[in-house]
Amino acid sequence: MGERAAAPPAGRHQWEAAVLQEAKMAAGSGCCLRPFSCELGLLSRPDGSAAFLQGDTSVLAALYGPAEAKGNRELPERAALEVLLRPKVGLPGVGERSREQLLRQTCEAVLLGRLHPRCSVSLVLQVLGDSGSLLSCCLNAACMGLLDAGLPLASLFCGVTCALHPDGSLVLDPSTRQEQEARALLTFAIDSAERKVLMASTKGTCSVEEMQQCIAAAQSAADTIFQFYRDSIRRRYSKS
Amino acid sequence: MRFPVAVVSPWKPAVSWSRRRVSAAPVELSSGRLELHGHARAPGCWLRFETSRTGEMWPGEGASGGELRTVEPLEYYRRFLKENCRPDGRELGEFRTTTVNIGSITTADGSALVKFGNTTVICGVKAELATPTEDSANKGYIVPNVELPSLCSPRFRSGPPGEEAQAASQFIADVIENSQIIEKEDLCIANGKLVWVLYCDIICMDYDGNLLDASAFALLAALKNVQLPSVIISEETGLSEVNFKQKNPLMIRKHPVATSFAIFDDTLLIVDPNAEEEDLATGTVTVVTDEEDRLCSVHKPGGSPLTGAKLQDCITRAITRQREVKKLIDKVINSIKPK
Repeated sequence: MGERAAAPPAGRHQWEAAVLQEAKMAAGSGCCLRPFSCELGLLSRPDGSAAFLQGDTSVLAALYGPAEAKGNRELPERAALEVLLRPKVGLPGVGERSREQLLRQTCEAVLLGRLHPRCSVSLVLQVLGDSGSLLSCCLNAACMGLLDAGLPLASLFCGVTCALHPDGSLVLDPSTRQEQEARALLTFAIDSAERKVLMASTKGTCSVEEMQQCIAAAQSAADTIFQFYRDSIRRRYSKS
Repeated sequence: MRFPVAVVSPWKPAVSWSRRRVSAAPVELSSGRLELHGHARAPGCWLRFETSRTGEMWPGEGASGGELRTVEPLEYYRRFLKENCRPDGRELGEFRTTTVNIGSITTADGSALVKFGNTTVICGVKAELATPTEDSANKGYIVPNVELPSLCSPRFRSGPPGEEAQAASQFIADVIENSQIIEKEDLCIANGKLVWVLYCDIICMDYDGNLLDASAFALLAALKNVQLPSVIISEETGLSEVNFKQKNPLMIRKHPVATSFAIFDDTLLIVDPNAEEEDLATGTVTVVTDEEDRLCSVHKPGGSPLTGAKLQDCITRAITRQREVKKLIDKVINSIKPK
């Protein structure tokens, strides 16, 4: 596609937002998110691109679309979304395919595919660094990429990972070490319209009450992340 | 040779007879087999399929029911959902007839065939010997693999496994890992030298929706059926000797059971969707619980957003289902005659 005659200048917009959020839990323990950072429009060929950093975890998302769909991929009523997740090291395996399915169905739920029937939208994610909370970083990068590409969305979404430690404490956005120590890891994608749960994926066992606590913590952390999205987009479009 | 079969009659509240085809409590025979006796329509038959035929539920519709189903399937479904039922006669919270058949594959170390209505999944477990890795010298391996061959549904082509098969394999691997169904230390024969590897092959033979539930159930039933031969490492030669005459069952610590829901129109949750319902649904949720009411997995791959309260409803239903399935499996295992 690349029809950007009146495109903004090719410079990058980069800024840091050190965001620390305390979500008070019923248990009373404080939860913080690691510092975020986001870079939009850094790649020239894709229609939209975004690099999202959460602490040392970083994911680069590139979006192509809406473009012509090939052969049997074409859907008569809506756009066909395809997600490719490339790990930092090695070839994509079964775990990557499972994550691709999660991301694809999450994006399909917010993307207004009916506005682009028989078109294809390709989302390619490259893991640049993994130090915990990888799936939520992928979700955030995907959402920022969709925004940068200018695709029509019903709502935004953000990814939040919660780690439950053996002593019952809850940590949001855990690092690799915190993930290994945890007895359960829960990742949620929260939508921006009504803070409902768009995607849920868990590792390890937890009780039902703990899961509800994690959902509540994720919903309050989502407020911070959506504010960050808003600020990023505002900064990007105010200079051009 | 007769293989033990058990059928659980679906959980259902009182509904008028016009919507039911066959319903009866399972009858226990003296031989230890359980059969489901239908009413006069099909006496003595123990396999029962809920075939959904158009227009049959609503005599008034007749031909127009069939046309509506092809042209506007979602509208057709909505008419049923408004009355809190589905075209095949089930309630929204009702499962299809679950049939399980254990130990039918004699060449495998453990096997189970599970049917949820038309969805048929078979799981075979083969045990082999291997050397463990350095960092987990006392842990064995469990390797699950879900296959969706092209014979089960026209949507799957032959060739390398597609996304759905790989995602299902990952889901089953997560269930095994999260729920600690088997302690990997139990699979160790000699620390650092010899461990068991359990290859669990789950093959879908007929795809009519709800693959994940059926696969998890088949895996659990097959693992309960596994008999591992005893292995002795002789002192002199250092080689292992396998004694096929003496077999021990596996120690199953937890019984995780998966329950899948389909989300319709962002609000309605229906349990155990068949293939047609899965295509029309706007999202799916799968909840895996074990006998201590702990959540082993909440798998919601995108789709319509849900509130925490709706997820709670799903979990409550999943806990009830776990009890039913556990009872069914225990019944079948106990009815196996010891060889």
